[in-house]
Amino acid sequence: MLVSTKWLADYIDTKGLAPAELAEKITRSGIEVDAVIDRSHGMTNVVVGHVLECGKHPEADKLSICQVDVGEEVTQIICGAPNIAAGQKVIVARPGAVLPGGMKIKKAKLRGEESNGMICSLQELAIEGKLVPKAYAEGIYVLPADTQTGADALGILGLNDTVLELGLTPNRADAMSMLGVAYEVGAILSEDMKYPEINYASSNEVAENVLKLRVEDVDANPMYVAKVVKNVVIGESPLWLQQRLMAAGVRPHNNVVDVTNYVLMEYGQPLHAFDYDRLQTGEIVVRAAHAGEKIMTLDDQERELQAHHLVITNGQEPVAIAGVMGGANSEVHDGTTTIVIESAYFKPASVRQTSKDHNLRSDASSRFEKGVDPNRVEAAAERAAQLIAELAGGEVLQGSVKFDELDKTQKEVIVSPDFINNRLGMKISLEEMTSILSRLKFDFEAANGMLYIKAPTRRQDIQIEEDIVEEIARIYGYDDIPMTLPEGESTPGGLTPYQAQRRIVRNFLEGAGLHQAITYSLTSKELAQSFALETAPVTELLMPMSEERSTLRQSLIPHLLEAASYNVARKADSVTLFETGSVFLGETAEGLPHEEEHVAAVMTGKWLDHSWQGERKTVDFFVLKGIIEGLFAKLGLDHLVTFEQTQKDGLHPGRTASIKLAHEVVGVVGQLHPTEQKKRDLKETYVMEMNLAKLLNFSLEPLLYTPVPRFPSISRDIALVVNRTQAAGELQQIIRRAGGKLLKDVRVFDLYEGEKMEAGQKSVAFSLTYEDPERTLTDEEVVKAHSKVLKALEEEGNAQLRG
Amino acid sequence: MQEQLQQLKDEAIGKIQAASTVKELQDVRVAYLGKKGPITDLLKGMGKLPAEERPKMGALVNVVREEVTAVLDERLVILEDAAIAQQLENESIDVTLPGRPVKTGNHHPLTRVVEEIEDLFINMGYEIAEGPEVEKDYYNFEALNLPKGHPARDMQDSFYISEDILLRTHTSPVQARTMEAKGGEPIKIICPGKVYRRDSDDATHSHQFTQIEGLVIGENIRMSDLKGTLSVFAKKMFGDDREIRLRPSFFPFTEPSVEMDISCFKCGGSGCNVCKKTGWIEILGAGMVHPNVLEMAGYDSKRLSGFAFGMGPERIAMLKYGVEDIRHFYTNDVRFVSQFHRTEV
Ligand SMILES: [Zn+2]
Repeated sequence: MLVSTKWLADYIDTKGLAPAELAEKITRSGIEVDAVIDRSHGMTNVVVGHVLECGKHPEADKLSICQVDVGEEVTQIICGAPNIAAGQKVIVARPGAVLPGGMKIKKAKLRGEESNGMICSLQELAIEGKLVPKAYAEGIYVLPADTQTGADALGILGLNDTVLELGLTPNRADAMSMLGVAYEVGAILSEDMKYPEINYASSNEVAENVLKLRVEDVDANPMYVAKVVKNVVIGESPLWLQQRLMAAGVRPHNNVVDVTNYVLMEYGQPLHAFDYDRLQTGEIVVRAAHAGEKIMTLDDQERELQAHHLVITNGQEPVAIAGVMGGANSEVHDGTTTIVIESAYFKPASVRQTSKDHNLRSDASSRFEKGVDPNRVEAAAERAAQLIAELAGGEVLQGSVKFDELDKTQKEVIVSPDFINNRLGMKISLEEMTSILSRLKFDFEAANGMLYIKAPTRRQDIQIEEDIVEEIARIYGYDDIPMTLPEGESTPGGLTPYQAQRRIVRNFLEGAGLHQAITYSLTSKELAQSFALETAPVTELLMPMSEERSTLRQSLIPHLLEAASYNVARKADSVTLFETGSVFLGETAEGLPHEEEHVAAVMTGKWLDHSWQGERKTVDFFVLKGIIEGLFAKLGLDHLVTFEQTQKDGLHPGRTASIKLAHEVVGVVGQLHPTEQKKRDLKETYVMEMNLAKLLNFSLEPLLYTPVPRFPSISRDIALVVNRTQAAGELQQIIRRAGGKLLKDVRVFDLYEGEKMEAGQKSVAFSLTYEDPERTLTDEEVVKAHSKVLKALEEEGNAQLRG
Repeated sequence: MQEQLQQLKDEAIGKIQAASTVKELQDVRVAYLGKKGPITDLLKGMGKLPAEERPKMGALVNVVREEVTAVLDERLVILEDAAIAQQLENESIDVTLPGRPVKTGNHHPLTRVVEEIEDLFINMGYEIAEGPEVEKDYYNFEALNLPKGHPARDMQDSFYISEDILLRTHTSPVQARTMEAKGGEPIKIICPGKVYRRDSDDATHSHQFTQIEGLVIGENIRMSDLKGTLSVFAKKMFGDDREIRLRPSFFPFTEPSVEMDISCFKCGGSGCNVCKKTGWIEILGAGMVHPNVLEMAGYDSKRLSGFAFGMGPERIAMLKYGVEDIRHFYTNDVRFVSQFHRTEV
């Protein structure tokens, strides 16, 4: 809503407050002023000129040489506008003027001819092109012939004005009108407001005798008022009206249409004007549209209607879509002489649905769909009749043609002053409360310790006690609310074990060298299931904005890979990222997808770069595996995790492992398949993804200390020759099983696959540690345990001791 | 024999002085003072002397022996010191060379902001509540006093999955679910999480972003409690000298509704580019929980009241760290993310 402060002064005395101060007060008490716009933009030296002579420039077809009386003198100005002509009153920027774009006007020579200033279009004075009357949209603006030559043009054009741009929230539909804003400002400044005075002479002819009205859909249209005005002369509106419309962001058309728009802005009540003769039937019937019925609207679009759309008809065919847009067949035109002014209450939901269906949002529909003031429907029609009589020379027929079953009662809210103070934590006196209600122009009565309040119908947002709490608080001022903290039992607060563990996982991965990434949950249908640990039916948007963001992901890896490619393309020598986030799988009984929290990582490039001491390493499988093992150890799950060779789409068939926690697959780690790497312009790249929820929900025994060994342990190293495909992890498990209670630890310390081995074989060396917590081990015991191990290795792992 | 002894002594001292390493010196020690050395030989040969000369001679040999030993020990200290000095010189390094790097990563800036806010409220007795990102229309809208067809639904165009299911547009459905689950009991929670709206991604819009909301319900919760709580938050998050102000606003789920501004942390209120010359920065929306919201979740709105507030970690991070484009948070450019490495307490 754009509010001209000059126009506003018609209804309320703003006590000489500067617009910026007024804006601050309005913002602090309820309606945010988004911008304070000085329409003069600091312009000076812009005057009214009288074009005395106008001839062609000898050197340039498109230029005219004009002799212009600017009051002080007659001076020559070259003008390029096609609509310039002798006799016009025009806007002249004199030398020294600075126009809104920063353009400085100087004396100049154009193709050899002197030019002392510029004749301006409205656009050059910073009026948006779409607001400039069509007749002047392509050229200079022409002022009325009686405009005083030499006068300050800004004043004449109403540009020495400041406009407040209000950012209205949906509850404050009442402020979508100048009167509504005046009420608000009146409450803030504690000033009374002036309503426009309506009086005009009507003719003897009775409106009801020339126009019949029938409302069939009372629910969607509980009130309809029509005024008939005869003998109007369609023409340009006076300058003051055009100016106010442009200040309000509305383009002037002709006097009748301009008046309907003016009253719309003034009262917040949308109006429509029909050409009475073009209605043909002298009848208006409001009814539901027939499915498939068609209407050509004012914007020259043919629109097909559905049964839930409300239409205004002439008894035969639609002449307007109710509350949304008029029809071309009944439009007011230059030759119109009799008009019908419509002022109605259309049900908000009906207008909302209709404007949505036709994708038509207008100043009218945006007001109807929030509910107009029932008590202004008729007043607005009268105001329009008065102005049309005044400005278009019409004769208003007597009375209105009216249908009215609209409930206009005020909503009663009963609230106790204590309730208001308790909610606010304040001690506002009853006197102060009633003073605020008076300023707001609410009807009320204070009795029996209660306030009986009747909210005016323009304030349909006032429904319950809490609404009154807000009204009192906002006018009283939020600055005066004290600062306290909630009383009552104190609560310990804290993270759940799951949330605390998730932080530990993030901190561990960061300590291990990975940066946290956050990527989008929405992806393309194609990527939604790539690399997923588990796939299930995908969740797709009904109306995606793009194919790229149409489906919810089932794996975090694809977007992490995108991030890796992005960084590598920008010359990052290493990328180490992880993410924790949800994947979306199938559907629960509730109808929502299963949301599972996962953790994933991508690593590529340099890992350790300490080359001056000869240490240098790029990321490989075992770097990432080591981090995963470290994470499991941090979570106390290291004794339960195993890695098994596996194959997975998109990953290297020989370098991929499934991660099992207590024999259940919880994740995967591997190298990106070389063809996938190439597709993404990546070098050797490793990824992992795990079901974080499964890791964090795994229940463990409480941590208890094991006594530090008091007796020495004994180590035995063995080198085994095995088949090249024999997994070291399996050998390790064989050793563990066979080693019994005394075997404390077993680890791989060497791997040899070189030429000294027979083809198809390799050597793996293990270091075994035996220990007895109760006493010193004897050689005998170790030999016994160790030979069991060797036997098991030979039998189960087909492993020979290397000679 | 006395002369022989003197000669031996001179010879030994000469060799001691000539020794340039500890090793050479040890050789001298063995050569002259060892069991097979000439001094020992002299002592052994004393048997041939007349008995009355023996004590005198013995004493003399011992004097020489002690003198040589003393000189040798003295020399040894000098040589050992020299050897250590040499070793130290050999071992000296260029300490300006780079150390072996320890690779570490860090929190995403949004997580940094979210955890800071979480911890701040945990210390005030709040718990952290989470919920699904794909929600029922009921929890996302209806339970929050936004029935179908409500004009305020326009404020947040949503991604629908079906007529009744959508990507949540705020974390408020977590509040609705928590209230339903608590069955009328008091609540003090913070709800962080990802949310989604139908916006084209540009410098100030993102179809996915983060929200963090708070909800307190109890007996006699007042607007002054909201103001006090937000003031504590503003001071802890943005500095002790921050002031707050409330401005009326509108949210369907609260009544009264307010927006909170803080005094600009860059200029202190005098006006700068961060606060757009106003001295104030809009940080969050808040209000007293609407009675319809309480009643729908089974709370007696006559007996219990509450407040709620909500803010965007992206906006806070942008203000706090001076980030100019919201897309930075989702591009995961290492050159961006790694700037949030250092800690701030
Ligand atoms: Zn500032």
